[in-house]
Amino acid sequence: MKTKTKAVKLSAKRAMVTPGHPVVPLKDRRLNFGDKWDYAPAPEDFKSYVIAPRHDLFINGKFTAPHSGKHFDTINPATEEKITEIALGDAEDVDIAVKAARRAYEKVWSKMPGRERGKYLYRIARIIQEKARELAVLETMDGGKPIKETRDVDLPIVAAHFFYHAGWADKLQYAFPGRTPRPLGVVGQIIPWNFPLLMAAWKIAPALACGNTVVIKPSKTTSLTLVRLAQIFQEAELPEGVVNVITGVGETGTAIVKHPDVNKIAFTGSTEIGKQLAQMIVGTDKRITLELGGKAANIVFEDAPIDQAIEGIIAGIYFNMGHVCCAGSRLLVQESIYPKVVKKLRDRIQTLRIGNPLDKNTDIGAINNKPQLEKIRELVQSGADEGAEIVQPVCQLPERGYWYPPTFLTGVTASHRVAQEEIFGPVLSVMTFRTPEEAVERANNTPYGLSAGVWTDKGSKIFKIVNQLRAGVVWANTYNKFDPTSPFGGYKESGFGREGGVQGLAAYCRLD
Amino acid sequence: MNRLDVKKTYKLYIGGKFPRSESGRYLAAKSPAGQHLDNFAHASRKDFRDAVVAARVAVEGWGKASAYNRGQILYRAAEMLQNRAGELVNEIARSTGVTSVKAKREVTLAIDRLVHFAGWTDKYQQVFGSVNPVASSHFDFTTPEPTGVAVVLAPDEPALLALVSLVAPVVLSGNTAIVVASEKFPLPAATFAEILATSDLPGGVVNLLTGKRAELVPHIASHMDVNAIVDGAGDRELAAKLQAGVAINLKRYFNRAAADWFSARAEEPYRILDTVEFKTAWHPIGV
Amino acid sequence: MKAPALKKVGATPVPFRDSRLAIRNLGVPTVDAVMVEERAAAFTKRSIKTSTKLAGLKMAVAMCDLTTLEGKDTPGKVAYLCRKALAPADPKYNLPSCAAVCVYPNMVKYARKFLGDHSPVHIASVATGFPSGQYPLRTKLEEVRRVVGDGADEVDMVIDRGAFLAGDHAKMFDEIAATKQASGPAHLKVILETGELVTYDNVRLASEIAMQAGADFIKTSTGKVNPAATIPVTLVMLEAIRDYFFATGIRIGMKPAGGIRTAKQALAYLVMVKETLGDDWLTPDRFRFGASTLVNDVLMQIAKQVDGNYQGPDYFSLP
Repeated sequence: MKTKTKAVKLSAKRAMVTPGHPVVPLKDRRLNFGDKWDYAPAPEDFKSYVIAPRHDLFINGKFTAPHSGKHFDTINPATEEKITEIALGDAEDVDIAVKAARRAYEKVWSKMPGRERGKYLYRIARIIQEKARELAVLETMDGGKPIKETRDVDLPIVAAHFFYHAGWADKLQYAFPGRTPRPLGVVGQIIPWNFPLLMAAWKIAPALACGNTVVIKPSKTTSLTLVRLAQIFQEAELPEGVVNVITGVGETGTAIVKHPDVNKIAFTGSTEIGKQLAQMIVGTDKRITLELGGKAANIVFEDAPIDQAIEGIIAGIYFNMGHVCCAGSRLLVQESIYPKVVKKLRDRIQTLRIGNPLDKNTDIGAINNKPQLEKIRELVQSGADEGAEIVQPVCQLPERGYWYPPTFLTGVTASHRVAQEEIFGPVLSVMTFRTPEEAVERANNTPYGLSAGVWTDKGSKIFKIVNQLRAGVVWANTYNKFDPTSPFGGYKESGFGREGGVQGLAAYCRLD
Repeated sequence: MNRLDVKKTYKLYIGGKFPRSESGRYLAAKSPAGQHLDNFAHASRKDFRDAVVAARVAVEGWGKASAYNRGQILYRAAEMLQNRAGELVNEIARSTGVTSVKAKREVTLAIDRLVHFAGWTDKYQQVFGSVNPVASSHFDFTTPEPTGVAVVLAPDEPALLALVSLVAPVVLSGNTAIVVASEKFPLPAATFAEILATSDLPGGVVNLLTGKRAELVPHIASHMDVNAIVDGAGDRELAAKLQAGVAINLKRYFNRAAADWFSARAEEPYRILDTVEFKTAWHPIGV
Repeated sequence: MKAPALKKVGATPVPFRDSRLAIRNLGVPTVDAVMVEERAAAFTKRSIKTSTKLAGLKMAVAMCDLTTLEGKDTPGKVAYLCRKALAPADPKYNLPSCAAVCVYPNMVKYARKFLGDHSPVHIASVATGFPSGQYPLRTKLEEVRRVVGDGADEVDMVIDRGAFLAGDHAKMFDEIAATKQASGPAHLKVILETGELVTYDNVRLASEIAMQAGADFIKTSTGKVNPAATIPVTLVMLEAIRDYFFATGIRIGMKPAGGIRTAKQALAYLVMVKETLGDDWLTPDRFRFGASTLVNDVLMQIAKQVDGNYQGPDYFSLP
């Protein structure tokens, strides 16, 4: 900053120029993000979408009441109001679903030419596009995600995943040079609550493209859109049993993992649960892929395109309320620009709009569920107790629902809990480094290895750092980008296997 | 009067050195006929621990070596193997009791296999990596890179061929390995290590432990600084114990016991993928 | 004729006369094109409804530099423009006047005559060899003094893009400084002609130089080059203004010009200003639209908001 005043002396003639502007004293040089021109509410219409009062399991192409006869409520985390009831599937239901999937696999799906399988996937992709707005609204209501994200990120990528994998169905032999790929059989899939439909697409599309059949379980708090997706499968006339949706709780997922006739498990969720699942399949021939937690470093060098880096930091941690396994939750800033970055971040979070997820101008929606909110609070408190400074915008949180403001913590060191544990919320830990070596060392100093970010304008530095980072996805001068052609997955305790791209197909094929 | 032969004790191979077991324990290798051949070191959990440290240290340099350089070094190892093929043939024949013709077949195939894999060092990235046509304005590419430190468990037989078939795809990409040798026939493996030591392979890239698998397995499974296990031992009980290690630190586990180590399928490049991680990098395209 | 001998620099040596090095070393940040465009796109996705929309549209009217820059401009055309600027629409809509009219140097005196000496509508004049700037500095300054003498409140100068692209940042700097001096009490808007600078990095650097050299406003374009104003280019300039404010305490204004034709576009710009620089810039003193056709689209939208029915162009007078 002070260097700029030096520039005033650049030219002799500058001395003659009087700017004629009042000079604001240093202490008052703040931007004023007030309500001079505030945005009126702009809620997305949701009343035109009918939500049935009760949703059953989807087994063998039909909606079926659960064996337990029980349903549980799913609520809108932004209002704590009940949306509908979701079937509680148990081991019995899982067994019926696996049998249906096995039948479909043996009689229909594995025998069907890839070209025909592909056509089903194309058809599904199209219907998803047609119903994208409705699905986005439901996703927002059920999960608390802002409509602008479900509309502009989740749903487009959901459709893109079906399109991309549809095209692979009849071209798999080109993905594995020298080998003939075969499907694995019945695949059990368990997905998390942060991107319910998107995770379903990431899992179902490649599984079907490779000729497998599926039994899938959504997270308890976000079942609604997956059940809607099942209706789309019906509409697309997908042969019965090819995909079965068993809603339920943790034990429902366990029943899938433990079912002897499931050939492969694909799980996205916490590292803790991932490890438990890995333990459950010990001694079996089941294959498993795991997409687990992360504590990604986002490294900002002094020669970074700074204003875009700020956007990248924001996108990295506040996208989807930070409920993102690859969130850039550890910000590593080169010391020379640390004050500047913190100042810009302070200003930037003040412009984030938190509130009704259905409002088209909302940037930060509701925290998905109460336990998660409590976990976020607990971890931020630990940061404060350990001496970090908490920075939050001036904002008003709605009275009902689960909310947490966008937050960052300064004065964090590597030994703080907030620098080590995955918070899975809109909370950023800001730390510094001095040299590229230190940046890499600190970035890699974690049991996780899902993703990382690096910001510098110097190409050679990017390649060096990208090379040294132990992470499955590295975003250079960008962050939180996803594409069906681009493999995603982690190193170390962030899991194994990749989803997306040609590499992602390997998880759903055996090679003859 | 007959000359008395000098008896050799086969030692461990850790970090480019040949230590005795820190435990001081030894086992006797016997021929199928029960004749005492030589003693060999009986590795302890602490020897395994030391081997992991050595392997971790070696990852840095080996991973940074150019693919071309790694290929040259592995080919050099094959050259050394060829040069001392007779020694290995003898070792296999006296250990396992097979005819020298059969032993020779195993040795020559092991050499050819090493040559084959040496050629993959600068090709597997091209075959298995990709440039991904993402819809946004980004250059996006995926490259396989070594996962780090891997433990390789060799089956009892073919003691040399299986070991080479298992360890070559691990180290060629830049990983380092701790090999648990054939329990029944450790001497060919130990001799192989001696040959590696005289090749250009940096110390610590391949480390060899002889002794009892079952003793080491719990420590292998639970070690927090092991990235992957490639299990060719073919022991179901031990396999389950090793697999349980996944739940400890998400180390990768692959059961790669082969039905026939002499077949071409034991030479497959897809085994390289067991011990690599795919890294995807994104960068904007713009001015 | 012999070239005059170089004048010796006086007692004070100028150590960093070569701006190519000096300015590069200032730490003017680079700009990532993809991310800045992504951010810019986010502003266009804000949903501006009801009261917000009406308030925004009224603000846009007040921020308009109603412009005519044609070879065929006449006192008659300027009269149309001035009247429109004074009273953009039916009084029932209770609208402010536009910020200024923007005309060629020869038209300034007619504008002054029409608006009188105490008009709420300022007179801005393009000068300094508009639009190319490829003229001797002496004649450029002469032009500036002329328009100010004829009654211009604001001078919209063009930078010497040739000098900038050739790396002679000092020349660009000195011309701006000289123009500022020649402008006297008139406000100086410095047109970068971003369509010719092409890269965001250039825009960011040129913005910085212009502000340091004495610009009161920085402005994207002449309107004679395609592309003219875009949201990402304007964002880069707003970010330069932000950093300049933090560094010096001086609030520089921003004027995107050219290519802004619809109310929807104008609102997106306002969203960007609000979310980048905040409330202090949401004023005609610090933000202007340079446009010739924008105002009527904005007026039609205002009428729609007030009256509730969709409007037709025949009901709005041409400037």
